[in-house]
Amino acid sequence: MSDKEFTLEVLRRILLEGAGADEGVDLDGDILDTDFEELGYESLALLETAGRIEREYGIALDDDVFTDNPTPRGLIAAVNAQMRESLAA
Amino acid sequence: MERRVVITGIGVLAPGGVGTKNFWSLLSEGRTATRGITFFDPSSFRSQVAAEADFDPELHGLGPQEIRRMDRAAQFGVVTAREALADSGLDLAGFDPHRTGVTIGSAVGATMGLDDEYRVVSDGGRLDLVDYAYAPRHLYNHFVPSSFSAEVAWAVGAEGPNTVVSTGCTSGLDSVGHAVELIREGSTDVMIAGATDTPISPITMACFDAIKATTPRNDDPEHASRPFDGTRNGFVLGEGSAVFVLEELSAARRRGAHIYAEIAGYASRCNAFHMTGLRPDGREMAEAIRVALDEARMNPEDIDYINAHGSGTKQNDRHETAAFKLSLGEHAYRTPVSSIKSMVGHSLGAIGSIEIAASVLAMENNVVPPTANLHTPDPECDLDYVPLTAREHTTEAVLTVGSGFGGFQSAMVLARPERSAA
Amino acid sequence: MSARTPRTVVTGIGVATPNGLGVDDFWAATRIGKNAIGRITRFDPSQYPATLAGEIQGFVAEDHLPNRLIPQTDRMTRLALVAADCAFEDAGVRPGDIPEFDMGVVTASTSGGFEFGQNELKKLWSQGSQYVSAYQSFAWFYAVNSGQISIRNGMRGPSGVVVSDQAGGLDAVAQARRQIRKGSKLIFSGGFDASICPWGWVAQLANGRLSTRTEPERAYLPFDADACGYVPGEGGALLILEDAEAARRRGARNVYGEISGYGATFDPKPGSGREPGLRRAIELALADADVAPGQIDVVFADAAGTPGLDREEAEAVTAVFGAGRVPVTAPKTMIGRLYSGAAPVDVVAAVLSMREGLIPPTTNVTLSPEYDIDLVTGQPRTASVRTALVLARGYGGFNSAVVVGAVD
Repeated sequence: MSDKEFTLEVLRRILLEGAGADEGVDLDGDILDTDFEELGYESLALLETAGRIEREYGIALDDDVFTDNPTPRGLIAAVNAQMRESLAA
Repeated sequence: MERRVVITGIGVLAPGGVGTKNFWSLLSEGRTATRGITFFDPSSFRSQVAAEADFDPELHGLGPQEIRRMDRAAQFGVVTAREALADSGLDLAGFDPHRTGVTIGSAVGATMGLDDEYRVVSDGGRLDLVDYAYAPRHLYNHFVPSSFSAEVAWAVGAEGPNTVVSTGCTSGLDSVGHAVELIREGSTDVMIAGATDTPISPITMACFDAIKATTPRNDDPEHASRPFDGTRNGFVLGEGSAVFVLEELSAARRRGAHIYAEIAGYASRCNAFHMTGLRPDGREMAEAIRVALDEARMNPEDIDYINAHGSGTKQNDRHETAAFKLSLGEHAYRTPVSSIKSMVGHSLGAIGSIEIAASVLAMENNVVPPTANLHTPDPECDLDYVPLTAREHTTEAVLTVGSGFGGFQSAMVLARPERSAA
Repeated sequence: MSARTPRTVVTGIGVATPNGLGVDDFWAATRIGKNAIGRITRFDPSQYPATLAGEIQGFVAEDHLPNRLIPQTDRMTRLALVAADCAFEDAGVRPGDIPEFDMGVVTASTSGGFEFGQNELKKLWSQGSQYVSAYQSFAWFYAVNSGQISIRNGMRGPSGVVVSDQAGGLDAVAQARRQIRKGSKLIFSGGFDASICPWGWVAQLANGRLSTRTEPERAYLPFDADACGYVPGEGGALLILEDAEAARRRGARNVYGEISGYGATFDPKPGSGREPGLRRAIELALADADVAPGQIDVVFADAAGTPGLDREEAEAVTAVFGAGRVPVTAPKTMIGRLYSGAAPVDVVAAVLSMREGLIPPTTNVTLSPEYDIDLVTGQPRTASVRTALVLARGYGGFNSAVVVGAVD
């Protein structure tokens, strides 16, 4: 339903809007391969983030999406894959 | 002399069982009261199951004005308070209203009424500046849930200390624990104490959807609540109320009251960790259990049955299993543990009081209620969870626990009064 | 009874009211009767019958709290968390100084995080259930302040939350004192409410007691012949309560006063014609503190601001103390009624009155000849204050009273 690409930029914005950012973490830095947990996001923040991504892109993410993809790089790939899948469906 | 506090009257309104008798039938037969939501159209929700109570306020003696001004949770509280008072045989004319207090637990107050009224005054969410002209007079009663304990006080004629206790999902234990303290310290002689919550509304279902806490097992609602089972995937929201008459032991004996149980020990601790998360080691709950046992002057070996929080989330079930082992040691493995949430769902702030009722009835009948729907044990939950069918079991002392958002962990020890240390 | 019932003292204060953030600002404004009631700025109140409130201006939560806490907190929780930080600072205690199971938090709430709830209800009904925040699972509920304060400060001891409308602020203090008596070393207590949002406003209007006047100085006039309802405010206070002996041993730098008595009652059902419960609550509190009426140097009144409730309160005070025998004041005329926050703020004002020997005034009010109480109006009054009584009443019939005593 959306032809937008889910990017690190978008992820940063959604994280900030939904859960804020830890003072000790530079979200603008090279965070692609840093675990979300290390970035200061615990389960609830990630659930909020997942909900926002789902609404913005009109997709449904797997319950375990963050367990399976603990870093931004993995999550971005998973979200884009899910978008392609829902487009194809 | 130390004042001891006993339960002399019980009122219960739970899914599948309005009234104490029906409630116990449901539990002892291991039936479940979970079903597809009927209160509103749940089709857009992730979780569409709940444990709803079939309740007709008029049938339970509430007048039109009471029905209009009270949220459903307040109605439940008043009905169970009246049942408890009648059950206790306490003569209203014969006790001092000044020495009678009320504590009512509720986690989410008048959520149902607030959800309904917001929809109207905001015209379906369209208005930011909500419309005063459509607000009913009783909206302030929904705004402040202390209207619940006020209604109960009016219903029974109590004019002593009065409050709502709202500590999330431990409210039902903490409300009764608070009441016990008031009698012990001598502020009151009688307490009408319990809890009520009716959270099955779109806003509550939506927020639990958002954190994936409630089960999405929508195709099998009767078997959706599966505490301690390896296939569990979240809790089933419920509603209900339980209220007790608490009295000082010697006064209760003097008037020849039927004494169900003594509330021998109670404690609450916090995890100071996370608003919804639990530390896996279960230490704060273990600490609450330890202090409650200490207050009851009991050893772990004295506990015959554990009425678990058993919400049916993986996190909870493992957390409290760890807490039981930490606090009771080897005895945890020898003690039957069960969760009635498998049958009546999780009614948030009310369930702690409903579980006190279940614990007392287990002692009364020497029958331990089962954990329904437990077919596939979780290897990390390796205690005796009394699967599927109730069990005859001599029960003289029960430990009941609660765990909730905000990090609250509470424990209460109930015992036959003749058994407790004098 | 144990051999020694520990005495419970106030050793730290965090306060946030419309006329001051922090002890110094609050007292500087309160002692001189500085008004902080004004037309609502947080939303456009034009379409509502009541348009005045006591708002806290200039509070920027982001300046005080970790950014991660902002999306998950209502305004009243942000105020409470900042007040908790201030109270620790004021007490000269750091969260790690005391064993974590010996510290707890007991707060009162009236309406929870109502503005947070409003915003999520709006999303639910205008956009759909998937739009509701994960944080709605706790950010609005009544227990949230105790939970968030305990988490932020590593307090794992006995905690609790009471809801008894405006009386709850004192019930929380009493419950905290019970925990000190049972052996806890330090308990946070108090209350915060901040429901000045359209949805909260409509709910408050429903009780029929809000003042509909538009002049800030003529809107909230308790005990005045012109009394016409109350003005709501936002904010509250948190007190650090400690076992007096433990506080002495650690060399606490502030020992503001002792919570020495408490009493709570509930009114007879409306229409019974029997006497309301406030007098009894006062008598219970005095007896609990073991003081005679003559030893009370000032009464901080609940000051409902409607003629019927004012009369009840004046009659209860006169019945216990005699006509005009004790100074009575209601500094909340400057800031409005703060619900669960109101009475903890009055406890703060009471201990600061003791410290300075000055009773803050009831502003804007001319005492109605109908009441024979000695109301401190106009100017602050210098007086030696050793023992104070704080009263609070909640909608529906809740009455609570606390006696605060000086500590030498």
